[in-house]
Amino acid sequence: MTFAVTSKAIGGRLIGDRFASTAEVVVIPVIAVIAALIAFGGFVGLFGVNPVELYTDMYMGAFGTFFSWQNTLTRAAPLILTALCTALPAQLGMVVIGGEGALVMGGLCATAAGLALLGAPPVVVQLAMAVAGMAAGGFWIAFAGALRHYRGVNETISTLLLNYIAIAILNHLVEGAMRDPASLNKPSTHSIGDQNMIGLIPGLGVHWGILFGVVAALIAYILVFHTVFGFSARIAGGNLRAARVVGLPVGKLILTMCFLGGCSAGLAGMVEIAAVQERANANLAAGYGYTGILVAFLARQNPLACIPVAILLGGIGASGGLLQRRLDLPDASVLVLQGIIFIAVLASDTLYGRFKIFQSKAV
Amino acid sequence: MNFDKLSRRQVLGGTAAIALAGALPAKRAFAADYTVGFIYVGSRDDYGYNQAHAQGAAAVKKMSGVKVTEEENVPETDAVEKTMESMINLDGASLLFPTSFGYFDPHILRVAPKYPDIRFEHAAGLWVPSMPKNIGSYFGYIDEAQYVNGIVAGRMTKTNKLGFVAAKPIPQVLRNINAFTLAAISVNPKVTTQVIFTGDWSMPVKEAEATQSIVNAGADVVTMHVDGPKTVVETASRRGVYVCGYHCNQAALAPNFYLTGAEWDWEDLYPKFVTMAMKGEKIPNFYRGGYKEGLVKSSPYGAMVPDAVRQQADAAKAAFLSGNFVIYKGGLKDNKGNVVIPAGPGLVQTDIKLESMSYLVDGVIGSTS
Repeated sequence: MTFAVTSKAIGGRLIGDRFASTAEVVVIPVIAVIAALIAFGGFVGLFGVNPVELYTDMYMGAFGTFFSWQNTLTRAAPLILTALCTALPAQLGMVVIGGEGALVMGGLCATAAGLALLGAPPVVVQLAMAVAGMAAGGFWIAFAGALRHYRGVNETISTLLLNYIAIAILNHLVEGAMRDPASLNKPSTHSIGDQNMIGLIPGLGVHWGILFGVVAALIAYILVFHTVFGFSARIAGGNLRAARVVGLPVGKLILTMCFLGGCSAGLAGMVEIAAVQERANANLAAGYGYTGILVAFLARQNPLACIPVAILLGGIGASGGLLQRRLDLPDASVLVLQGIIFIAVLASDTLYGRFKIFQSKAV
Repeated sequence: MNFDKLSRRQVLGGTAAIALAGALPAKRAFAADYTVGFIYVGSRDDYGYNQAHAQGAAAVKKMSGVKVTEEENVPETDAVEKTMESMINLDGASLLFPTSFGYFDPHILRVAPKYPDIRFEHAAGLWVPSMPKNIGSYFGYIDEAQYVNGIVAGRMTKTNKLGFVAAKPIPQVLRNINAFTLAAISVNPKVTTQVIFTGDWSMPVKEAEATQSIVNAGADVVTMHVDGPKTVVETASRRGVYVCGYHCNQAALAPNFYLTGAEWDWEDLYPKFVTMAMKGEKIPNFYRGGYKEGLVKSSPYGAMVPDAVRQQADAAKAAFLSGNFVIYKGGLKDNKGNVVIPAGPGLVQTDIKLESMSYLVDGVIGSTS
């Protein structure tokens, strides 16, 4: 999917052409989302809910007030980071779905680092936690990359199974070796301490994870589309054998991309501990890793597009509660909406190159 | 629209306009009614923990001048913080019942100080005086109702083997297993309880497997402590063994095998709390109780429970209602032979030591680790 985008981007020689092809990349998914919203409106209409009222409520819940924005951005924050765990290896044609496991390992190791350094200045603790979290997540996914490269193990299966292993390790440690004996009915580790929490962005009321996500997505975008490394990765993703023939270090590319993707999800885990939970427990596996896969695919594996898509899904999540409360719709209706959007955007892939207005005139 | 003519500037301008329009604060709609919010960690109709709370919410809904706003499947992450704030900011809620244990620390503790005029009532949390005064924690001694389950189970078993499907070896769960077993032994000294821990609160597949293996091992009455007892109740009835329910009434799922059940009585408590809050009265910050205080109750006996058994179970209930019955007596031994409660008067329900129970009593087959 990504290659349709990139070949267009490379093909557009003139500024105007490039703008047209960028417009195509933006307009087609937007049309797909609108089509999905219309379809979902029809769906809820069957249950006697007025679609106009529905979307007014959803808009209010997601973007209608300052508080709604806070709610939306808070939910979007971990999704940008976990989406990159899928989007970065995807440049090599890999389908990695191990964001959840990398997030859990990242959160767990960040907690361990934080607890080991308890008493050090907060900045030191926070940095150590971030490094530990990113390293843990990075090695976790890089391991799946190594299995793929050296042993030919399908990375989708291995990352899926690694998720279960990560969650099992988490439960084992928080209920055993790392357990705070005072956490009676909710087995958890000791708290990393209030002073070590990274807190909220002043004036915005959203934790720093959103900024980390935006910065990570920007870095990933530059890496993928504006460096030799990213170009090599995309070549290898397009044709692995051709990449080998021209002498590209395929193994290094796979391991590095997997490591960076895992780093990103691991950072999400660290943020979840240092900005939200204060301690590691079963709540770390809240499903952000899985929603991140959805974000990456909706963003068509473009790191930059992960930002608006994560905000869109964050908004849907934020307004989902309002749908339950105001319109008495079951919680599953939000999943139906997400599913329809997902299918609409994937199906819209066939529309690329079919609209004349987007085509380069200098053919 | 002709995209050829659309300039980058126009697109940027349009995007900015949309963003600005979105950021404009819309007018909040506050209802004149007193609004109460309920938040559930799972589905409202899970035949279990969440349904019990939803039944309490339904009782509040019937009160006049009260509006109820509910949200289900809210995880124990910052999502619940946002849901609470959303109920306060967008629905105008004045009293919140975030019902899952994991909502308490750090989420309620973090949101409550921001809204000193809003009351937060939490099930099972341990409120201590250093915490914000607008938080209350309430819970029921449901091990009393599991004790009554145990009496019925101990009398109804023919194989003298009982089964217990449990989520995690934490104090609340161990307390239920132990109360159930002690009661069964009190009416039938030959009884043993086989316990299986599934590892988490909602694991339908493992719960079904655990029930199957307990029944295969000879148990003919099972009970449970998981979030949604539906799977265990249905699996037991399919295997033709008796079952005692938990959280709420599951008789409809197994009419021929459901003996009785340990239920919360939130339908009784929640309207009381809401009335107090509406009148401006102070709800106690720490509220606990069992049968006597009306926080727990038993499901009506199934038709298969003989009168003699009913009388024995009713006698236990009466003892709890009188308030001087002790489940955990002095000299109690765990299933490894250690004395866990020294000889003497034993531990009364309110004893804080019971809140950190870490053992399985003699007669339970299983291990906490």
